[in-house]
Amino acid sequence: MPDSRPDTLRQALAHAAVRDSSVLTDGRRCVALRDLLHASPIGSTRAGLYGRSVLIAVETQYEAAQLVIDLDGCARRLLLLPPDVKDAHLPAIIRDAEIDAIVCSNPAAYQHLGVEAIFACGAGLAPVDATTAPAARTEWLMLTSGTTGDPKIAVHTLAALTGAIATLGATEQRPIWATFYDIRRYGGLQIFLRAIFAGGSLVLSRPDEAVADHLVRLTGEGVTHVSGTPTHWRRALMSSAVEGFRPDYVRLSGEISDQAILDALREAFPEASIGHAYASTEAGVGFDVNDGMEGFPASYLEAARNGVEMKVIDGSLRIRSSRMASSYAGRPDLAMADEQGWIDTGDMVDLRNGRCYFSGRRGGIINVGGLKVHPEEIETVINRHAAVRQSRVKPRKSPIIGSIVVADVVLLDNTRDPEGAKRDILELCRSNLPAHKIPALVNVVGSIDMTAGGKVSRQHA
Amino acid sequence: MSARLTIIAEIEQVAREQHKTLCTLTDDLELLESGLDSLCFAILVARLEDKLGYDPFTASDDVEFPVTFGEFVAVYDNARLAA
Repeated sequence: MPDSRPDTLRQALAHAAVRDSSVLTDGRRCVALRDLLHASPIGSTRAGLYGRSVLIAVETQYEAAQLVIDLDGCARRLLLLPPDVKDAHLPAIIRDAEIDAIVCSNPAAYQHLGVEAIFACGAGLAPVDATTAPAARTEWLMLTSGTTGDPKIAVHTLAALTGAIATLGATEQRPIWATFYDIRRYGGLQIFLRAIFAGGSLVLSRPDEAVADHLVRLTGEGVTHVSGTPTHWRRALMSSAVEGFRPDYVRLSGEISDQAILDALREAFPEASIGHAYASTEAGVGFDVNDGMEGFPASYLEAARNGVEMKVIDGSLRIRSSRMASSYAGRPDLAMADEQGWIDTGDMVDLRNGRCYFSGRRGGIINVGGLKVHPEEIETVINRHAAVRQSRVKPRKSPIIGSIVVADVVLLDNTRDPEGAKRDILELCRSNLPAHKIPALVNVVGSIDMTAGGKVSRQHA
Repeated sequence: MSARLTIIAEIEQVAREQHKTLCTLTDDLELLESGLDSLCFAILVARLEDKLGYDPFTASDDVEFPVTFGEFVAVYDNARLAA
């Protein structure tokens, strides 16, 4: 492969020597990636989007994927709107991102926003000559996954987004990627870009699809590489449909990967490579860990690795690299990084015996009588119990000491004695945690809410 | 029926779990002398709410935290009568 990185996604597809068999599919529709080199899902409308800041607000990932391939290098800016963003946030998003064109499934729904150019997508592919057009360095705008207020918009370039992605040799097998994420968020976009840069296929998720049906589809498509959050994976492992699924590479990101989920995946996929990655919308891809152990080696903090520098200050992980977002669109008042270029990730790290362990988010701390508790460190202990598939620790207000911690647990279906399991879980906590971190109550629940981003819902945070 | 027996059972359970040595629970025993610390009481109140269906300390703003074990039981019994 040449050293030079492609300027646009179409160039990446061309460089990757994409095969005829490489496709983009969501199980209902399928398109050969090779066809997207010379065709557009919006046809002649494309010409009207040169140099514009385009909001892509289509209903499906399938259309969104084709549009970003088509418009990267054409638009000034692309903003992929995730499906879970509330309409009330749209005016602020349009203002901050300087959106002057919208491509959407239903133009009538966007008429009131004052954007001059609104186009419909959905008529199928039409041939275009994308190669002769002057390529712009399109800015990629990603919404951050904050919980309250208008979302912030991180400004990236294709080079920054793909800085961690290695290209394949011409003779290497092309991966068939799948992800439980939506590709309109950072974690899912990484997988989309990996598939494109490898000239492989991508099997998209569908929000209406049951976990078991999704796994059957991934098995049927012959998926080799698959990515999701630990929460996605815990749900997948609860389905018997996981038994027929034999991926070569299993990847986790987006939440803390504890030893319990890594071990459970190892047992479910004995032949697969299993890795967990650290990335955030703002800081980009930080690192991969492939030794099967939770946390990461402290040596990662000592020297730059693959262009990423890391350090821990006041307990939180700081990252500096060329893969970071450059700024928040429309918010000059917000600094992406400090004066030396470091981003404070807000992810808290403990150093023990030469290894760094994530203990939780700075903002997610529960205060128990003046003592700080990260819910994730308690969940990590609870998840070690053989009958536990998933857990969530949350605060419960106490008139006496502010808050105490309580735990919701999802037990394996075949658990015969839930009361005994609760006692065992408390015993496990008692032997591994100080008194203020032991849940006052353990509730057995049927399921634990998941956010649109595939993470455990923590509404108290 | 008084909540007394439920409260005693839960106090004993919390004391066991938190490895506290519990004094004999008489009505005039001061809670601070009982062997339980504030975390134990926080856990106790949460569990009693799940068992009895009410938490007298958050249900009303003017409930003062009781000093003796007898007062603690009375707070629960009064709250039940008021409910």
